[in-house]
Amino acid sequence: MSLTDLPLSAARDGLRRGDFTSLELVDAHLDAIEALNPRLNAFITVTADQARDEARKADAARARGADGALLGLPLAIKDLFCTAGVRTTAGSKILAPFVPPYESTVTANLRRDGAVFVGKTNLDEFAMGSSNMTSAFGPVTSPWTTSDNRRLVPGGSSGGSAAAVSARLCLGATGTDTGGSIRQPASFTGIVGAKPTYGRCSRWGVVAFASSLDHPGPFARTVEDAAVLLGSMAGFDPKDSTSADQKVPDFAAACRQSVRGLRIGVPKEYRSDDMPPEIDALWQQGLEWLRAAGAETVEVSLPHTKYGLAAYYIVAPAEASSNLARYDGIRFGQRRDGVDLDDLYERTRAEGFGPEVRRRIMIGTYVLSAGYYDAYYLRAQKLRALILKDFTDAFRSVDALLTPTAPSAAFAQGENMDDPIKMYLNDVFTVPANMAGIPGISVPAGLDKAGLPLGLQVLSRPFDEATGFAVAAVLESAAGFDTLPPLRAGAAG
Amino acid sequence: MSLDPATVRRIAKLARLHLEDADVPRLQSELNGILGWIEQLNEVDVTGIEPLAGAADMAMRLRDDAITDGNMQEAVLSNAPDRAGAFYAVPKVVE
Repeated sequence: MSLTDLPLSAARDGLRRGDFTSLELVDAHLDAIEALNPRLNAFITVTADQARDEARKADAARARGADGALLGLPLAIKDLFCTAGVRTTAGSKILAPFVPPYESTVTANLRRDGAVFVGKTNLDEFAMGSSNMTSAFGPVTSPWTTSDNRRLVPGGSSGGSAAAVSARLCLGATGTDTGGSIRQPASFTGIVGAKPTYGRCSRWGVVAFASSLDHPGPFARTVEDAAVLLGSMAGFDPKDSTSADQKVPDFAAACRQSVRGLRIGVPKEYRSDDMPPEIDALWQQGLEWLRAAGAETVEVSLPHTKYGLAAYYIVAPAEASSNLARYDGIRFGQRRDGVDLDDLYERTRAEGFGPEVRRRIMIGTYVLSAGYYDAYYLRAQKLRALILKDFTDAFRSVDALLTPTAPSAAFAQGENMDDPIKMYLNDVFTVPANMAGIPGISVPAGLDKAGLPLGLQVLSRPFDEATGFAVAAVLESAAGFDTLPPLRAGAAG
Repeated sequence: MSLDPATVRRIAKLARLHLEDADVPRLQSELNGILGWIEQLNEVDVTGIEPLAGAADMAMRLRDDAITDGNMQEAVLSNAPDRAGAFYAVPKVVE
């Protein structure tokens, strides 16, 4: 048994018992990063020295009687969260030199509870992507492989965090989910990923992609560990104008709640003829597991589901084009000189942003431009109202919804790259929850015939993550998913 | 609606993205592909629907109009690509 085999809660118990020190725990994970990161490219920056310092401090604090919820536990941070004094790139060339002088609220909350950060994880550029292929720092390779040994994507945009947790390079990680960027990579890498309610986790200090859709959230190997991390990350923050002034419940306790008597909705619009039979079968199996635990399953209708993605691809680029206007090469980030100020802006941005980011800025600029605003942006906002109403109506008669997380298992690097829309379709089951701001969690539930993980998604009412965790914990226990990726700490060098 | 090359150039200008002439046809076709796919939203009758800007069902908070932080000139300037003393430096814009 190596220290990297322990899930977060078990590692915390071991520290409490004094079975090992935080320094030993952190060192074990840093060794694994050193061995595997050259193959996975999950980390953009590894903060080994800082992590060891923090681990020593955590051990000293524990010796004095301290016991924070995450004291001395090594975590990885998506390189979209600003970390004071540690380079934060958003996976983009334009932010390559950026060292924030401040700390995001979410990472400050994790530090408050004693967490140790081992590094900053790779991501699609500005979190725009479903494959991690758009990072300016190179793609992340999934720790999972198929028998023909193709390199697979870990999903995206939080692919580095997902790969790092799956390969046991850290005990948990932060991600952000704008259209599925936590749940889809969790599904692809066989781990748990949770997107809470909009406003539950502060966006302050998180590099903005689409502000009304961006949700910070955790990755972990178990549902309860994800619940522990979310409990630390969440909370009201006056520095985020959309932060919710709501009490944070005990999410870990919710994982032990019974689902007996709960009504679980099955959205009929999520079923399609081209859904792979094994994903449909796993979905039916998930419903069976919940019935066996005493829940009732009922069909519900979310009639505007099919328009979610198209509406999203107006709203998200529109917000992105506004948010990314700040990258002008003047105040921070990379600059490329020009013949005059406009030329400097244009060359700085054309050179600093990759193709997918430029494409989305162009779409966003167009749908917001004079004469097209009503036809595109305003119409998309009305569709968004209809999508939220679909969920509100459904949650009048059910307590949670169960769906597949993604329409496929992980695909090979380079696949789906020829057509942006093909890539966008990966998020068909996850995007509606972002449009509506409701919580969603992906749980590893089975394998496809190639031996790759598949996740199920639980959606619940706004600010009722607790029910989502309860349902997810039942699925986790029934599925007994214990397959490990071939590339992981201690297994392959 | 289909974008012509002139519109593609105009959007790039609005977005302050330098565009080489050689890149226009590819970008035009990608953008038209995406916009064509988005057209499906026209199937939906949205008459009388109030637009929804964000999912947060909350009113914007107000706070006291008071200074909460400051005196961090060096921190603010620490990431400047070019500076002159306590100022950001840019190419000359006034003749």
